[in-house]
Amino acid sequence: MTTVSRRESRAGLLFLLPWVIGFLAFTAGPMLFSLWLSLTHYDMLKPPDFIGLENYREALVDDRVATALWNTLVFTALHVPAQIVLALGLAALLRRAGRSAGFFRTVLYLPVMTPPVALAAMFLLLLNGQNGAINEFLGWFGFTGPNWTTDPAWIKPGLVLMSLWTVGSTAVLYLAALTRVPVERYEAARLDGASPWRQFWHVTLPGISGTVYFTVVVNTIASLQVFTEAYTMFFGARAKQSSDGDAALFYVIHLFREAFESLRMGYASALAWGLFVVIAVITAVQVRLSRRYVHYEGERS
Amino acid sequence: MKRVATGLGLLAVTAAFLYPFWWLVSASLKDRAHVFDNSLLPSPFSPANYVEVWRAVPLLTWIANSVAVGVAAAAAATVASALVAFGFAMFRFPGRNLLFGVVLATMMLPGAVTMVPVYLEWHALGLATTQIPLWAQNLFGAAFYIFLLRQFFLGLPREVFDAAKVDGANAWRLFVSMALPLARPGLIVVFVFELKAAWTDLIKPLIYLREPELYTLPRGLKTVLDRFGEGGEAQWELVLAASTVATVPMILLFLVAQRYFVRGTVTQHVEQ
Repeated sequence: MTTVSRRESRAGLLFLLPWVIGFLAFTAGPMLFSLWLSLTHYDMLKPPDFIGLENYREALVDDRVATALWNTLVFTALHVPAQIVLALGLAALLRRAGRSAGFFRTVLYLPVMTPPVALAAMFLLLLNGQNGAINEFLGWFGFTGPNWTTDPAWIKPGLVLMSLWTVGSTAVLYLAALTRVPVERYEAARLDGASPWRQFWHVTLPGISGTVYFTVVVNTIASLQVFTEAYTMFFGARAKQSSDGDAALFYVIHLFREAFESLRMGYASALAWGLFVVIAVITAVQVRLSRRYVHYEGERS
Repeated sequence: MKRVATGLGLLAVTAAFLYPFWWLVSASLKDRAHVFDNSLLPSPFSPANYVEVWRAVPLLTWIANSVAVGVAAAAAATVASALVAFGFAMFRFPGRNLLFGVVLATMMLPGAVTMVPVYLEWHALGLATTQIPLWAQNLFGAAFYIFLLRQFFLGLPREVFDAAKVDGANAWRLFVSMALPLARPGLIVVFVFELKAAWTDLIKPLIYLREPELYTLPRGLKTVLDRFGEGGEAQWELVLAASTVATVPMILLFLVAQRYFVRGTVTQHVEQ
């Protein structure tokens, strides 16, 4: 190596130093620590007690874990497609807004800024079965809305409905992607006599499929870790008041309660690795599927 | 015909997305008997809710805590991520691509995996019930911001830096007096994103903060909901007043820094 490039290496690595320290102290170290903790019984009072795979065995037969995992998968299966479809629709609509697109973009994005705790507090009332504004609106059309916040069958759909209010960031991302699709492709499609619907399937979707795929992966990972809104609405001091919490018991909520309310640090670590595996498997499946359906610019198809 | 449909669609969307804000502010100004009535304008008008919630809980302390934690988190994330991103963007060294791959991989790592062990680390340091864990991790940079700022630095004209190097400027000078000023928009993106993230976060304050005097706004708001919401003392107008207080600063932040939020959102996905 020449002196110049050695000096360059040293300077570059010096700039990286904060990240390297942080990675060891807050990511790699904790991961190893957690892996070991997951093989112990640890309540923070006595030193960790090695119990082998006992925590994992318990997690596999724990009804609460099964409930939490099921709730989380159902929520994700409803939330991600709803979010993507609505964001696509909104982006397509905004694309036609012309000069006022900036104003509508602001309108869509504002809910994203709302603290989730405030959002959860207000939607507890907006979704209220008796006098909530959402059921009042449904009533205008002759529908009787369900008890979104108390009926176990409707709690997850209610949470999904609420989550749609913050669809704006995804819609803004799609809007930017739509403007990158070359206009000539639409012109060519129109010359071939393609209907707007066919143009959407054969020009728009392939043009933004990379972005859509990215948001599916990111949204899925986030959704499998859903916590704040459901915890605010149904847990904490409120858990004692409502017996319907089971329908909103999501995986990270269960993990959080095992760790910080029951102080079962070893068991919670095993639960965390369980979630890690679930997320890794689902992401791997999505990566596989993307090879078939995602079209990247500049690639031969 | 098509333009009318578009117009109507945009109108409906605007109504649906702005209504909850209107409802929140309006209901926070209603008296206890009318808080559920869904009327657009509060009647009777009851601004005293804000005074009452101010008296009932230490709202001002929580606001001050949120500002302090938010600014510390944002400043730390901005400076540290810029340093690391500059290292990745401007220097060649063995293992660089591998390390950057690790940065990207940590972006995908579920936060739930490190939640327990990181808490135990802070506990071992005797800091687990302070506000420090809410921001200090940012002193080491954050993966998403490193990725984002690296994009900014890569977009800067290389020749300017090469010319300065020939003139004998060292790496630190290049960073402080050239890269930072040129990447200002990127730094603002990181700052406002992290400010918003810290201001709205509930899970870390739930894990770490025990004393109500240390609460940030979301943590305090959760207590207000548990105490004054249904099953509690049923004073929803106070819950909604506090919710408004927590929300308004973020709305203002967005209105002044809108283009940075949009830019940050869009940059999430430049590399496919």
